[in-house]
Amino acid sequence: MLYNIFIDPFMQMGAAPDLLVQTIWEGLVAGVLYALIALGFVLIFKASGVFNFAQGIMVVFAGLTLVGLHQKGVPAWLALFLTIGVMGILAMAVERVVLRPLVNQPDIILFMATFGLTFIIIGLGEFIFGGEPKQMIADELGLPQGTMRFDILGGKVIIQKIDVAAAVIASLMIAALALFFQYTRIGRALRAVADSHKAALSVGISLNQIWVIVWFAAGIVALITGIMWGARSDVSFGLQIIALKALPVLILGGFTSVPGAIVGGLIIGVGEKLAEFYWGPLVGGGIENWVAYVIALAFLMVRPQGLFGDKIIERV
Amino acid sequence: MFYREAGQYKKTYSADMAVFPLLQDRVGIAVILLVAAVIIPFFGSNFFISTVMIPFLVFALAAMGLNIVTGYTGLISLGTGAFMGVGAYACYKLTTYFPGVPIIIWIIASGFFSAAVGAIFGLPSLRIKGFYLAVATLAAQFFLEWCFVRIPWLFNYNASGAIEVPTRWIFGIPITGPNATPMTRYYVILGIVVLMTWVASNILHGRIGRSFMAVRDMDIAAELMGIRLLRTKLLAFALSSFYCGVAGATMMFLWYGGGEASDAFNINQSFIILFMVIIGGLGSLIGCFFGAALLHVIPIILKFGLPAIGVPLAGATAEHLNHLLVGGLIIFFLIVEPHGLARLWQITKQKLRTWPFPY
Repeated sequence: MLYNIFIDPFMQMGAAPDLLVQTIWEGLVAGVLYALIALGFVLIFKASGVFNFAQGIMVVFAGLTLVGLHQKGVPAWLALFLTIGVMGILAMAVERVVLRPLVNQPDIILFMATFGLTFIIIGLGEFIFGGEPKQMIADELGLPQGTMRFDILGGKVIIQKIDVAAAVIASLMIAALALFFQYTRIGRALRAVADSHKAALSVGISLNQIWVIVWFAAGIVALITGIMWGARSDVSFGLQIIALKALPVLILGGFTSVPGAIVGGLIIGVGEKLAEFYWGPLVGGGIENWVAYVIALAFLMVRPQGLFGDKIIERV
Repeated sequence: MFYREAGQYKKTYSADMAVFPLLQDRVGIAVILLVAAVIIPFFGSNFFISTVMIPFLVFALAAMGLNIVTGYTGLISLGTGAFMGVGAYACYKLTTYFPGVPIIIWIIASGFFSAAVGAIFGLPSLRIKGFYLAVATLAAQFFLEWCFVRIPWLFNYNASGAIEVPTRWIFGIPITGPNATPMTRYYVILGIVVLMTWVASNILHGRIGRSFMAVRDMDIAAELMGIRLLRTKLLAFALSSFYCGVAGATMMFLWYGGGEASDAFNINQSFIILFMVIIGGLGSLIGCFFGAALLHVIPIILKFGLPAIGVPLAGATAEHLNHLLVGGLIIFFLIVEPHGLARLWQITKQKLRTWPFPY
């Protein structure tokens, strides 16, 4: 038993390094996508302190809108712009209808409000575009298809081109966000709000405006995640469970840290795939759903605010 | 006019601290119990009892469990569904091994199993706080859900992979299983809920409940005042899981009656119960009943009420509309009354006291 848990999996890894590389690669790709969702969470949490449960469904909604518009005969590039516009409208609507009346309420109330928002977006999306799964328009958007094969370590590693594209696009987007935060006027305002709402207000930063911007940014992140994830499988409301996958990433990296979301995403992605592949068969498989939480919990026991989260200081 | 305390003098400390200090309150609760125990079973149709009343009581019990840990102790838990599942499966195993023992005893006893599991998953709460803890409790949810599916011993190796509720008799009356009438099941569940509400009220008004609230308000301060955090937090988790476990067992054995319920304990259930607690009022027992009633009744009205008044809805569209409306209502209620229906109830009582001359 102990041999099966502690030694055998590593023997397997050593015996077939190409499989190990393949598993790690798949973990990294999944991790990038988790990281993207977590990034949307972090953006909103930093700027408004709202734990946005609806981020997962925003991913689906953005993907659905894009595909749905294309199916109605809109060219792909126009559909992309229109979807960005829809996410903007959504951000404004959320700010106006949900956030503004609930300002200064306890965190849990805002959290539940985003839970209600999840329901509304599900209903709205199904109402407009129908509930059946859809094919992502990867070709029309110019995303590469097919696979690449590498012969390394005495075996073959198969890599989907779309995964490489996802990793590249994700890196570009994160870099762009970092630049945006660091060097633009709005980015500075966002950082100010993240540091202290009151101080930001007192120097004349409009919180309402910032919230719209940050929800819009999260919407764009959601759109990109939706495209990438949709191209790997298909666009359906089943995808909303990936929001639950992103939660351990969040607690691992810390709610307030963008680098944390990325590192956390990669750790969770790789850890989860390795555990499923090497240890899963011991207990009958299907452990992907909870092993991420266990990894995150293990980290939390050491650092209760996540790897990169702000230190929690409590005063009596 | 009618709700006034004039002339009711409280001569002792215990009279002042009573749960129902006013005569009108005591009369009111007696009337409610009378309605629940006599009028509803005799005048309500079977449909009403089994579709509205039984689920309402089950959800109220589960909401009470979650309220103990979230509302009174301030630890957000998203594992309610799983803890209910532990209760249901424990009850199933117990009654399989000891079929002769009355099922009611096993329904209550199954709470102890889920209390033990809850205490284990409550351990991280000592170090982790706030939303970090909420996400950590999701670990319990997913792990236990996985166990329910992957460990065939739990469901007796049934081909269906779900709990198949056997028929159990007490004094020759079938309590569970396909032969039990809605009225018997209703009485059993009502008895359990009344008993457990009474117990919860006493615990929460006593020393234990006060230490819970001290931890909720600020755990460092509570620790400085000599409350042991480890014991208090774990006790809160255990007590909460006990209630959830009993709710899960009653849900499976007295409401669903087995079959078709393999996803009864999933993450959505946890969220819905959390929402019942919030909409009812955090840290309020009566709020649990309000929240359960509201959240259980709305979908039923949408499902049966809209076709009845002639709004034609196809199955899928109705489903989408249901999502939209429930989501909208959640946000609406949060905006209108973020402190829950219990607060609304208090305000109403205060208004009634001074009515019709509010000066």
